Amino acid sequence: MSSTTPRRTRTSRRLAATAAAVALVLPLAACGDDADGSSDTGGGAGDGAGDTTITVLAAASLTETFTTLAEQFEADHEGVEVELAFDSSATLAGQAVEGAPADVLATADSRTMDTAADVLAADPQVFATNTLVMAVPAGNPADLSGFEDVADGDATYVVCVDTAPCGAIWAAIAAEEGVTSQPASLEVDVKAVLAKVTGDEADAGFVYETDAVAAGDQVETFEVPGAEDQVTDYPIAQLDQAGDPELAQEFVDLVLSEAGQQVLADAGFGQP
Amino acid sequence: MTPPPDAGATTLSGSHLGRPPLVLVVPGAVAAALLVVPLVTLVLDTPWGDFLDQLGSAPVLAALRITALTSAVTVLACLVLGTPLAWLLARVDFAGRSVLRAAVAVPLVLPPVVAGVALVTALGRNGVVGSLLRETTGLTVPFTTTAVVIAHTFVAMPFYVLSVEGALRTAGERYDVVAATLGATRWHAFRRVTLPLAMPGVVAGAVLAWARSLGEFGATITFAGNFPGTTQTMPSLIYTQLQADPAVARTLSMILLLVSVGVLAGLRNRWLTTS
Repeated sequence: MSSTTPRRTRTSRRLAATAAAVALVLPLAACGDDADGSSDTGGGAGDGAGDTTITVLAAASLTETFTTLAEQFEADHEGVEVELAFDSSATLAGQAVEGAPADVLATADSRTMDTAADVLAADPQVFATNTLVMAVPAGNPADLSGFEDVADGDATYVVCVDTAPCGAIWAAIAAEEGVTSQPASLEVDVKAVLAKVTGDEADAGFVYETDAVAAGDQVETFEVPGAEDQVTDYPIAQLDQAGDPELAQEFVDLVLSEAGQQVLADAGFGQP
Repeated sequence: MTPPPDAGATTLSGSHLGRPPLVLVVPGAVAAALLVVPLVTLVLDTPWGDFLDQLGSAPVLAALRITALTSAVTVLACLVLGTPLAWLLARVDFAGRSVLRAAVAVPLVLPPVVAGVALVTALGRNGVVGSLLRETTGLTVPFTTTAVVIAHTFVAMPFYVLSVEGALRTAGERYDVVAATLGATRWHAFRRVTLPLAMPGVVAGAVLAWARSLGEFGATITFAGNFPGTTQTMPSLIYTQLQADPAVARTLSMILLLVSVGVLAGLRNRWLTTS
């Protein structure tokens, strides 16, 4: 017994050294994975009785609405659990192609849905649309009177980088409307743009209508001229690898139903 | 940053102490593979055909310029501000010294995004210091190259300060005392005695800080933003390109890797081996 004591001390000292080394390396390791891609599962966990599970991969911007819809679906289907995975559309489409065990895929634009064309069990159906709006911090501290003040003025505004769908829409509108000013920053995703606006670091930012609705009274919005020509479509489809194709179909039907459309409309989505 | 062990000594100990035990060799090999394999696959996966085109493209040149500029200024800021802080922590006994030392080390374990958020609360337009600055001078920090340097210095300085403080403590106070008995003022002793003795720690700390600045992404993009030519560094550009064209992102990663390895190798030849 007594012979183990020094050994244990040495082990704990070694552990402390390891912990210190890990602490040194941690901030370096964390660099890569901090933006975008909030992955989450929700819904269904509380029911307990679920013996059938369907998995829905959905774009991050659908987090609130699909959580509500999943709860409705579980209420209507005794013993069925809906697993939700939210991430950026491109990531989810990639996972679907690589055979992720999922039943339904819903993305934030047709381009990403097209990349998963090989594993779709049915033609994708557009269930919602989203438009770009100009968001300003609550109280409009820079006293902007509309899009023109940003397009030709010296307001500090932020947009999405043009590799992100929201940035591609901005670039098209900026070209169409002849915007002469430069944004202060090209943010990696729409949530980062919204954060700069709600934090009042920028006078204005260009986000989706639904993001502005989700931000509530933290932001005020202005219409963007030409935005109605740059609407982004949200398609949904069942996957080849669906474990229960009938249930997958029923979930898609719920999203397209009047009740489903109402949930989406309340969140600021447009009707297709 | 210790000099490599002399080759003769290695052979001697190897032949006299028997074969290295597998319990050390196997995990050691796994560790080496974990570190080396991803770098090798990155090299193999780089589309070398368009490497030079990418290297010469305007966005890459702009990002390289910002990265070179900000990491150089960050090292300078560490030298000018971090050295005195390390000296204070190592040599001056003041109330709250251990608390300050712990606080200085905190950014080491802080996720970079949190560092960015913290900087916004301090230096953002509505931050405690930032709003004061805006009211008195009309200047705002976010979305400027200065903001990039501040973010980099925030995450890199702890590496530098801890390295230099360690070197100062190892060198000990005896030489300072001797210098004082010979009539040197404390400032004179610092310049002529203390600092030269701590030079290996200063160089090692500067290299660590520079490397940390070179790869910094989270705090930069959160606090300073991302705009070509002003705040877009190489890591920001790589992350942006990853969403559009992973092949281009791999080429850019390769450029950053070559630049950093090249500079490190150059530094090693000039200072690290001779010290």
